[in-house]
Amino acid sequence: MKFRAKIVDAACLNHFTRVSNMIAKLAKTCTLRISPEKLNFILCDRLVGGGVSMWCELEQENFFSEFQMEGVSAENNAIYLELTSENLSRALKTAQNARTLKIKLTNKHFPCLTVSVELLSMSTSSRIVTHDIPLKVIPRKLWKDFQQPSVPDADVSIYLPVLKTLKSVVEKMKNISNHLVIEANLNGELNLKIETDLVCVTTHFKDLGNPPLASDDASRDRDPAEMAEVHVDIRKLLQFLAGQQTW
Amino acid sequence: MKCVVMGSNVKVLGKAVHSLSRIGDELYLEPLDDGLSLRTVNSSRSAYACFLFAPLFFQQYQAATPGQDLLRCKILMKSFLSIFRSLVMLEKTVEKCCISLNDRSSCLVVQLHCKYGVRKTHNLSFQDCECLQAVFNPASCPHVLRAPARILGEAVLPFPPALAEVTLGIGRGRRVILRSYQEEEADSTVKAMMTEMSIGEEDFQQLQAPEGIAITFCLKEFRGLLSFAESANLPVSIHFDAPGRPAIFTLEDSLLDGHFVLATLLELDPHSQDLGSSQLHRPVPQLQGHSTPHQDDFANDDIDSYMIAMETTVSSEGLRVLPSVTLTPGPQRHCGPGPHSEEEDNDEAEPGPVPGTPPPKKFRSMFFGSILDPIHSPQGPSPVLAEDSDGEG
Repeated sequence: MKFRAKIVDAACLNHFTRVSNMIAKLAKTCTLRISPEKLNFILCDRLVGGGVSMWCELEQENFFSEFQMEGVSAENNAIYLELTSENLSRALKTAQNARTLKIKLTNKHFPCLTVSVELLSMSTSSRIVTHDIPLKVIPRKLWKDFQQPSVPDADVSIYLPVLKTLKSVVEKMKNISNHLVIEANLNGELNLKIETDLVCVTTHFKDLGNPPLASDDASRDRDPAEMAEVHVDIRKLLQFLAGQQTW
Repeated sequence: MKCVVMGSNVKVLGKAVHSLSRIGDELYLEPLDDGLSLRTVNSSRSAYACFLFAPLFFQQYQAATPGQDLLRCKILMKSFLSIFRSLVMLEKTVEKCCISLNDRSSCLVVQLHCKYGVRKTHNLSFQDCECLQAVFNPASCPHVLRAPARILGEAVLPFPPALAEVTLGIGRGRRVILRSYQEEEADSTVKAMMTEMSIGEEDFQQLQAPEGIAITFCLKEFRGLLSFAESANLPVSIHFDAPGRPAIFTLEDSLLDGHFVLATLLELDPHSQDLGSSQLHRPVPQLQGHSTPHQDDFANDDIDSYMIAMETTVSSEGLRVLPSVTLTPGPQRHCGPGPHSEEEDNDEAEPGPVPGTPPPKKFRSMFFGSILDPIHSPQGPSPVLAEDSDGEG
């Protein structure tokens, strides 16, 4: 198993850092899947009663100027690693003024992801910061747990309002109830509702767009004004919103 | 004793107190003929800090009223720090600071003269104390490093704020290496991230140390000194010797000088390490590897053998948890808490007794000793630095 990659472009590095920060806010440990074309950050939380899963896919050529990997075997050309997401985001934080960033899979007493950053420096010699992030290699027999989740066909698809606004609304609602009802329709209307014995609060968003329907989408025959609703755990939703940053 | 600090020097004094507060809980204030000295030591006696402000730093400096002996006192760091807590406030509103020590009133009086006619007076009760003086001599340390505070500040930036210890050394190619130091816990399954910073020789004003030398000391205490040095924009000199001997950090300019003396980790005797466990090699920092940017040897990164082994064993625990090691008697750390660990450290401490001190107090005496300057100190029993919990005098 080998992995080695390099980022030289400042914008790519910035983007990669922001992705890593988002992952760090969502989960303490995450799984990193390395394959020849892609890099995936996977979180599978299978707790009973509303666990959060996340699947994040990056096309490696959009970020890395060099990317070489060799998986477990020729038929199973992938590497699955489990690491503490905060370690990666902390390592990348030091790379803000970097000339180059290199990531390598290494074995220093235990398997590590070595992140090596060459910093821009005033003097002639460069400064190098190296981080060794300890990780666990996930054996092949567990790989099936980390497959891409299948997203069921949607009844309604809608563009969300500005996430910052959404976050501040949901944050206030968290103080009143643990569960939130999200309802939306194909007319670009979204409502957030909380209901308790004493009070009901609803926030209405109008004129949000809806993504275009695919030709075989079941929701074609749906009455556009009809609302589809789901109940979610407010804290999980907030956790997701907190991880999003202003892009 | 009476001294008056004007204008921007009040903030400098405040910053120095902040720095000292990172080390110890008690401040020893002593007016000397060559200036006002502020000293502190931490509870485990593994760190000592001292700032000496020259008479020129003050608008008015009077070490003692004529005819009287020089006084010295010990006050609670927290109380003194609370006067200088908000540096922003000091800078904006305080015009003058008067510190006076009067043995008739048993108070240290600190008066801040602020804008708009506001005057704040703090009366701090103090204890008479013996002289706190560490025995150290930067000139006796063979190795020295000097760099602007900014370089060292940038060097510690990648390390997490919670990191307790760091290893400083010279790696291949005369590069200065700072590496995070984590104590290995045999049963911990979650390993910590290791961070290393490598800086070229050119960034240092002076570098006099052989390749391969390395010392490990407390990062938190070092940060205390660095924050002062960065705000005063002074270069920092690090004088050090073999691991186990204290490292001396100094900064100076025409009006003040600061000395921080920090204990360093004693290196384990390499001859006792014949078990081959990688954990044993941890405390001895290895400073090859990352120093040159051309270390892209892919062949060394192959972990196939690990991968295969993982799949064939029933429990992978046997591979990853290396056998825990029974170390030679006593913890090897100098940064341990309490006087108890010190007693054990004495067995491990460097040989070479400090003249005139009995063996059981070897560690403490390397660091502190009695300075019986016939002019300044009163005749009396040899200085007692702190109550020994074992009651050994």
